Amino acid sequence: MTDMTAPLTQARPRALRQEPDLEARRRRAAFWFLAPMLAMLVCVAAWPLARSIYFSFTDTTLTSLYDGRWVGFDNYLSYRQLSSGRAVWRGTLADPAWWNAVWNTVRFAAISVSLETVLGLMVALVLNVRFPMRGLVRAAILIPWAIPTIVSAKMWGWMLNDQFGILNDMMLRAGLISEKIAWTANAETAMAAVILVDVWKTTPFMALLCLAGLQMVPRDIYEAAKVDGVHPVKVFFRVTLPLVRPALMVAVIFRMLDALRMFDLVYVLTPNSSATKTMSILSRENLIEFDKFAYGSAQSTLLFALIAVFVSLYIWLGKVDLGGRKPA
Amino acid sequence: MAHIQLNDIRKSYGAAEVIKGVDLEIRAGEFMVFVGPSGCGKSTLLRLISGLTSISSGDLMFDGARMNSKVPSDRGIAMVFQSYALYPHMTVYENMAFGMKLAKSGKAAIRARVEKAAEMLQIGHLLDRLPRQLSGGQRQRVAIGRAICRDPRVFLFDEPLSNLDAALRVATRLEIAKLHHEMEQTTMVYVTHDQVEAMTLADRICVLRDGKVEQVGTPAELYEKPNSTFVAGFIGSPKMNLLTGEVAGDFGCRTLGIRPEHVDITAEGALWTGTVVHAEDLGSDTYLYVDVGAEEPVVVRREGRRAVALGETLGLRPRPEHLHRFDGGGLPLH
Repeated sequence: MTDMTAPLTQARPRALRQEPDLEARRRRAAFWFLAPMLAMLVCVAAWPLARSIYFSFTDTTLTSLYDGRWVGFDNYLSYRQLSSGRAVWRGTLADPAWWNAVWNTVRFAAISVSLETVLGLMVALVLNVRFPMRGLVRAAILIPWAIPTIVSAKMWGWMLNDQFGILNDMMLRAGLISEKIAWTANAETAMAAVILVDVWKTTPFMALLCLAGLQMVPRDIYEAAKVDGVHPVKVFFRVTLPLVRPALMVAVIFRMLDALRMFDLVYVLTPNSSATKTMSILSRENLIEFDKFAYGSAQSTLLFALIAVFVSLYIWLGKVDLGGRKPA
Repeated sequence: MAHIQLNDIRKSYGAAEVIKGVDLEIRAGEFMVFVGPSGCGKSTLLRLISGLTSISSGDLMFDGARMNSKVPSDRGIAMVFQSYALYPHMTVYENMAFGMKLAKSGKAAIRARVEKAAEMLQIGHLLDRLPRQLSGGQRQRVAIGRAICRDPRVFLFDEPLSNLDAALRVATRLEIAKLHHEMEQTTMVYVTHDQVEAMTLADRICVLRDGKVEQVGTPAELYEKPNSTFVAGFIGSPKMNLLTGEVAGDFGCRTLGIRPEHVDITAEGALWTGTVVHAEDLGSDTYLYVDVGAEEPVVVRREGRRAVALGETLGLRPRPEHLHRFDGGGLPLH
């Protein structure tokens, strides 16, 4: 491939120079079309991000946003020898609350996204089959996704309530539990409750993305497999799954980005529970409530770094074919 | 090797009947072509034979055994699809081997089979490629190879050449004809809308129209004795002239058919005279469109390249032994 195109690309600039440079004109037009969006992105994304990162290296407080002094990496990690000779580590990276939040977030993201992927794919497979009223079902299944998170979190909060929640009542009657459980308040069940609600809410989104991927798979290869007499399970794992993998990868990235910065659901459903406190929750606490603005900024920056590393890793891993074949 | 029998096969989708009672015998080892205009039900009929679509009523027999309720993989068929239907993420080798289950003989036997099929189709050097790295013609050969690997009793082709360009179509057509000679034990059923493919490949042709069999016969039979104006107009290129009105009335029929190659240009004893309104020069032949006062101009085929000026007056004489006379219902008069 490259051998064949190389001489062509080398020859092109010389030929173009003699004529009015169409290519450059097209590029200039493209730039002007992009400019408003780029300006917008600089204002709403790049600038706030840069400010946050800057704040994380200062001792800024909420009350004096413009008087911060440069303190280097103190908000991340600092070391001080007390006069007694005892060594003290300070900063976010030495803060057990931070590591608890990291663990909560990663655990939440891994479990909920895995569940959503599997369930979403199953729902998509069902919706991909022709059946009466399919359009209606497709629309209906999106309802959890369409409800604002605050509303669904409140709704589930009531349903999971230990005193008058319907879930406790139903499970008691069915004999699954012997006494009412405070699902959201209990440290052991709080995370499970959050994951449950998140899975309920975002499986439709997963299903929709998977469905889009499934519809790209040509129908006739399924017929070929039928003629070949390949078992349906084998067809799923050997044909369907490899072919929807690109769409699935995108869906997982989207969901992972969302899950790693999980905030609203936890904030409403299990406020102040250390069992579910995520990085975003902790960082907001420090930023706004505890007046440790710079400290919170450092945590935000770390969260950003973690997500960036994760996404790059995921994309890179996705490109490498584990079967040893060249990437597509 | 399978003798296929279709007894009053019907297929309906809801209230719409698309196959309206087809009776047909396909002899063992025969190359049968289903041909007809789009929407005539030829592809549906093939899918009914394959088992990809279920039969509404009637019997489908392979060698006397009823096949109606058997799944495709139990019918001993292989199918080549118009769109090739290759697995895009598998190499050519994997595509050909994927469906094979040789419980006892294992991998070595599979490899042997794939390589034999690949050799037959000269795609041995492509086995490690992915479908997207192949040209259309190569893909179709891989699809055919995959079908050969199944060692089928019945080989089904669903418009396999439609997605190829003209030159490749001719080359692959030859390939399929060769395949038929090499696999003389295998019954082949081939669907096309192209009557040239039908004429060149078939042992027998089944012309379908609107879900029913219009005529079954060898290419020569269909060419020489079409038993309706529909078949007369469908088989042969360029189309048979079908003249109505006074011209036909002179011969005591409603529609008079004469093929372009059976009309002579003559100065003496001309039956019809008319002016040339259009000429198509194909190099080997020239088609002249002559307006003789019928509804449509008569097409005359002349060998070679002979310049004829538009507007020139010609005398035409159809060869009487090649005249086809049809009644008002489109059926032949004898």
